[in-house]
Amino acid sequence: MSTFVLIFITSLGLAGLYFLLAAGLSLIFGLMDVLNLAHGAFFGIGGYACWLIMKHLTVIGPLTLRFAVAVIVAAVVGIAVGAVVEKLLIARNYGNHLSQILITIGLSFVVVSLLGGIFTFEPKYIVQPDWFTDTVEVFGARIPNDRLLILGVAVTLLVGLLVFLRYTRHGLIIRAGVENRQMVSALGIDVGRSFTLVFAIGGLLAAVGGALGAVYFNGVTPGLGSGQLIFGIIVVVIGGLGSINGTAVAAVLVAMTQQFVNYYIAVGLGDIAVVALLAVVLLVRPQGLLGRVAR
Amino acid sequence: MTPETTTPVTPLVEVRDLDVHRAGAHILDGVSFDVLPNRVTALLGRNGAGKTTTLLTLLGLLPGTGSVRFDGVELLGMSTHRIVQQSIGYVPEDREVFGQLTVTENLRLAMRTPEAVERLDLVHELFPELHDRREQRAGTLSGGQQQMVALARALLNPNRLLLIDEPSKGLAPIVVNEVVAALERAAADTTILLVEQNLQVAQRLASDIVVLDSGRVAHSGPMSELFDDPEMAQRFLGVAGAAGGST
Repeated sequence: MSTFVLIFITSLGLAGLYFLLAAGLSLIFGLMDVLNLAHGAFFGIGGYACWLIMKHLTVIGPLTLRFAVAVIVAAVVGIAVGAVVEKLLIARNYGNHLSQILITIGLSFVVVSLLGGIFTFEPKYIVQPDWFTDTVEVFGARIPNDRLLILGVAVTLLVGLLVFLRYTRHGLIIRAGVENRQMVSALGIDVGRSFTLVFAIGGLLAAVGGALGAVYFNGVTPGLGSGQLIFGIIVVVIGGLGSINGTAVAAVLVAMTQQFVNYYIAVGLGDIAVVALLAVVLLVRPQGLLGRVAR
Repeated sequence: MTPETTTPVTPLVEVRDLDVHRAGAHILDGVSFDVLPNRVTALLGRNGAGKTTTLLTLLGLLPGTGSVRFDGVELLGMSTHRIVQQSIGYVPEDREVFGQLTVTENLRLAMRTPEAVERLDLVHELFPELHDRREQRAGTLSGGQQQMVALARALLNPNRLLLIDEPSKGLAPIVVNEVVAALERAAADTTILLVEQNLQVAQRLASDIVVLDSGRVAHSGPMSELFDDPEMAQRFLGVAGAAGGST
């Protein structure tokens, strides 16, 4: 029982990371019809931003406070990177899927090489507060606090994102744009500004995910984000393009499937099980769990 | 006896030599016409004549060559949102309401001027059902109710020009009457370019017509000319002249 609970809660932590990586990807795909294959790079950049702050900002003594600052800095860097990438590289290539794919793949390679060149390809371990590795007992299972922290941050950002989408004008524009961006323009709204905003939000979520991922995966490497991107894409497809709730549900499903199969069936089989899950969803409900049929 | 003089009216919209190609086909071929201010101009023609394409091009949703001037400002080449910000409202052929948003959210999204908040009362007066169903998702409304939402979005702002594409399409006669009444009220202080297949509706609303045939302007002038010339109505619209049919 305690093993089951441990895997269950650990999976929720991993689901939090998948959600942070996939939510921006889903909005970008749903609203702008852009498959951003550089999204994993945002994740990796967030991880390195966190590592740099934890290593060098020693003026902040308490590690918990320093980690909070590191996550905020990663978020800001993510916003900036997302907005700059959209403005400089994506904005002039809307509607041209081949260009988008080539540009974002190329950018992903560039970022990985750049990070490797600057920081080497050796893992960089994050200095962490002791309480991160302490455990708390839940139904007999000893759960590491960092898993709960990741889950808590992901849930907080999920709620914040839902509130933003539900109660702000920008959120309203984004929700409408996911349905029919041409009609949004025909109402006199500059959808291009919303596109930049969505990229910035995607950058924020992925970079925060990267900062937390550096803790979860016990270090950050240049290829960390690119390696996780495939799971982000699977989560987006299973959840339904443009659906934040769908992304959250799919993130949990994918993480649970991966972790439970790895533990109870065979190590390494979890990734295959996730692909099988994707195949089943595509056969039964091609638009994803909470996605809408494309018009 | 002094000769009778008339002051020429400056058109609000001047379309000149408009050419549009879609998927390799020449859809509009040198289309030229004027839309006079504070009048309703009906754009008529058989299916595939290029009526909707004309509206979409005016709105910047399709690329074209030639010239489209709105109150002297060239619209071709301008992005759609900037064209609409010139004070142009649009009601699309298939309503295109945002089905996942509520009625209120659909209307909030369309509000782009300070006056829109005040005009919300006017819209609710025209379409009381929208007020009653304000928290309902637009995708769950009937076709007629969705058309009301689409019209309400265009009427919320004090637009100088409305581009309206087949407002009666697929609606029950009683709903058509409601829609036409709202458009008659809007026409009192707004210029309208109307695409309409239902000739009765077009005749009720429009004072001028532009007839398109295979992407070219076949005729333009007062609405009465069409109904005084059964042969022309038959040739361009496939009806026997008098009101009572669809084009």
